[in-house]
Amino acid sequence: MTKENHPVRTSRPKRKTQEMYLNIGPSHPAMHGIIRIITELEGETVKKAEIEIGYLHRAFEKDSEQVSWNGVMPYTDRLNYVSPLINNFGYCMAVEKLMGLQVPERGLYIRTIMSEISRLVDHLTCVGASAMELGAFTAFLYLMQIRDELYELIEDVTGARITNSFGRVGGVRADLTADFIPKSREKFKTAHRLIKEVDKLLTNNRIFYDRTRGIGIISAEDAQDWGITGPWLRSTGVAHDLREAEPYMMYDRVQFDIPYGEYGDNYDRYMVRMEEMRQSLRICEQCFDQIGEGSLSADIPPEYMESADLVDTAKSMKTAGLIDKEAALCPNLRGQEKHQIAAVSAASKASTLPPKAQCYSNIEGLMNHFMLVMDNWGVRPPMGEAYAAIEAPNGELGFYVVSDGRGKPYRVRCHPPCFPIMNALADVLQDGMVADIIATFGSVNMIGGELDR
Amino acid sequence: MNEYLIIALKIVFVLMAVLSLAAILTWLERKQSALMQDRIGANRADIFGLRAIGLFHIIADSLKMFLKEEFVPPGAQRFLHTVAPLMSAFFALSVAACIPFGKLILDGQTIYLQIIDLNAGILYLIAMMSFSIYGVFLAGWASRSKYSLLGALRGASQMLSYEIAMGISLIGIIMIYSTLSLREIVYAQGELLFGFLPAWGVFLQPVGFIIFLTAGMAETKRVPFDLPEGESEIIGYFTEYSSMRFGLFFLTDFIEVALVAMLMSVLFFGGWNIPYLQDTGFVFPWGGSLAMSPLLASLLGILAFGVKVVFFCWLQLTIRWTLPRFRYDQLMKLGWKFMLPLAMANVVATGLVLVLLD
Repeated sequence: MTKENHPVRTSRPKRKTQEMYLNIGPSHPAMHGIIRIITELEGETVKKAEIEIGYLHRAFEKDSEQVSWNGVMPYTDRLNYVSPLINNFGYCMAVEKLMGLQVPERGLYIRTIMSEISRLVDHLTCVGASAMELGAFTAFLYLMQIRDELYELIEDVTGARITNSFGRVGGVRADLTADFIPKSREKFKTAHRLIKEVDKLLTNNRIFYDRTRGIGIISAEDAQDWGITGPWLRSTGVAHDLREAEPYMMYDRVQFDIPYGEYGDNYDRYMVRMEEMRQSLRICEQCFDQIGEGSLSADIPPEYMESADLVDTAKSMKTAGLIDKEAALCPNLRGQEKHQIAAVSAASKASTLPPKAQCYSNIEGLMNHFMLVMDNWGVRPPMGEAYAAIEAPNGELGFYVVSDGRGKPYRVRCHPPCFPIMNALADVLQDGMVADIIATFGSVNMIGGELDR
Repeated sequence: MNEYLIIALKIVFVLMAVLSLAAILTWLERKQSALMQDRIGANRADIFGLRAIGLFHIIADSLKMFLKEEFVPPGAQRFLHTVAPLMSAFFALSVAACIPFGKLILDGQTIYLQIIDLNAGILYLIAMMSFSIYGVFLAGWASRSKYSLLGALRGASQMLSYEIAMGISLIGIIMIYSTLSLREIVYAQGELLFGFLPAWGVFLQPVGFIIFLTAGMAETKRVPFDLPEGESEIIGYFTEYSSMRFGLFFLTDFIEVALVAMLMSVLFFGGWNIPYLQDTGFVFPWGGSLAMSPLLASLLGILAFGVKVVFFCWLQLTIRWTLPRFRYDQLMKLGWKFMLPLAMANVVATGLVLVLLD
């Protein structure tokens, strides 16, 4: 070895610093709904963030082209799986617009009530999850307790806790149960109490305030440029809410306030969501007052017959008087008696399934039912296109549907509210801290099913 | 020979006391959080159908920890990766050596339930608590994971900033009792102030106590100071640990909770002292007394110490399940810009008062 091969250093080498790349997700405890954030860190400061979405792509839009118009309903459940009822109704509204259907008042009230309960559930999940990610596990469980009670209400009416598939083109699947309203009033009391308790735990908590105030700021202009809606937009001070701007369902008949923030940061978003929960309860209570207690009462109490007997009698041609009979329904068809179906669904043979009693007892009902459930027949909106938007918990949820006049959608396009937020997120996260990524991302309330579709 | 036997017995006693308290804390944490969150809490582990309100979960947990695969990630430094949890637990346990649990008076002979009474006791315990950072830091460094590394960095800076405030918060205590020995501090707290108020550290050093409580909780690396762990952010310095190696880190947290509770009782709440209880029984300042044998009095003292420790453990658990987590820079700000100046002001104020009283 010669000296030339190993030159003696005369000065110390310059210290080299280098950014660290940290890959957060797709498998990470806080990345609920799978997503990947690639960050460029300098110490704990995020110099650059890149959001990668698409891990939960299930081809919702393509799948919808393979099933009947009503068959899309279960797929919409899986968009925002925290508030599936709102997705149901949003899709229904688009199809109804295309067909020119008018949903009866009671159906709209039921939609309004169920939407608001879903909004509550969604906000509870979002606020709870963000609190948990900041370490406040107790607040999270309090909120989950209300959520569970509300899921019970939803289960009573729709038969399922999450994948409800409750909407139908032209109305809803079933009427409210008889004890729904008193039961809801009871549960709402618990909800009010627990929301207050969480308010005490978080709103004035110095640590929580410091962790959320001034974090994840977005300006009103930026938010509008990105096309952001919902609590994210309202937190910047723009009080835009579709429920007020373009009232649908029964929102023009109830009083409610639209909370909005000032700074567009995580704390404002938290406050907006907390207030919206109270407003949702308020809307529901007003709806209860307006539709009155209890379920519908027919003027003449119907005469019940076992479904099998009904079918046998009709088959043996003894049809006299059968038209007035009511079928004794099994529990999973609860809320679908004749008078109930008439009150909650559009009076249109082109969209609404006939009540079971008619289907069992006379040929018109049977044929009507058959036409509606047959492949490629069923609900057939006229050729054309329609867009309907609904105020989902995260913002404007839009459905754009195109019909070529056949029994299947030609195209269903869903505009998910968190998609524009996720676009803007990279800019919002920049120059923040690693710990704030989680807080800000939590406030997006990103739902993978909806974002990636 | 007899002396060595007594020391050996003391070591066994202290180890058992601390370790079993830490083990019970894992159960207590579950039950306390369940109580606060309207849940029942862990109660499924049973032995022949006997459930014992979930106490068997302690056994089930440790069994699980021992039986799991010990995984060392490829590229990790195997030696340091193994040593780190040992260091964590070792230094935490060694703090317990200087803690006076109580005294036992048998036939006029006093046996102190304290492994060793160092004349520099406070220095020793601060030193040992500081050493426990090595476990955290080595774990993060040796795992070859960016998440672990971030956790280790956070842990190191957090402990640096809190050790100093903690140390300075104790200077007031040292000045007042003019000793570093924990046993003598406890004895000094047996006196009465103005004839009726026990001379406990909390009455003489309220600010010091609050700083020590905060810094002590930061020392245990639990919510709201669980940045090195931050399970929803960076998962923590033990991301790459499994089986009993992880179990040791887990246990260390609880050992530290127990130790901080013990130190709070010893330094600020009179250790084994019960107000007005002397070796011969209660002597109340408003006259009246209740005589009892020295043995009974000393046993009551040990019990009192246990109650105080459990109370402070409970206090820490309650705080842990109520508050959210700080952020890294906010924690630094709190440590350096608030607690450190406050601790120093406390020292100055204590000094002034002492000089004036002289």
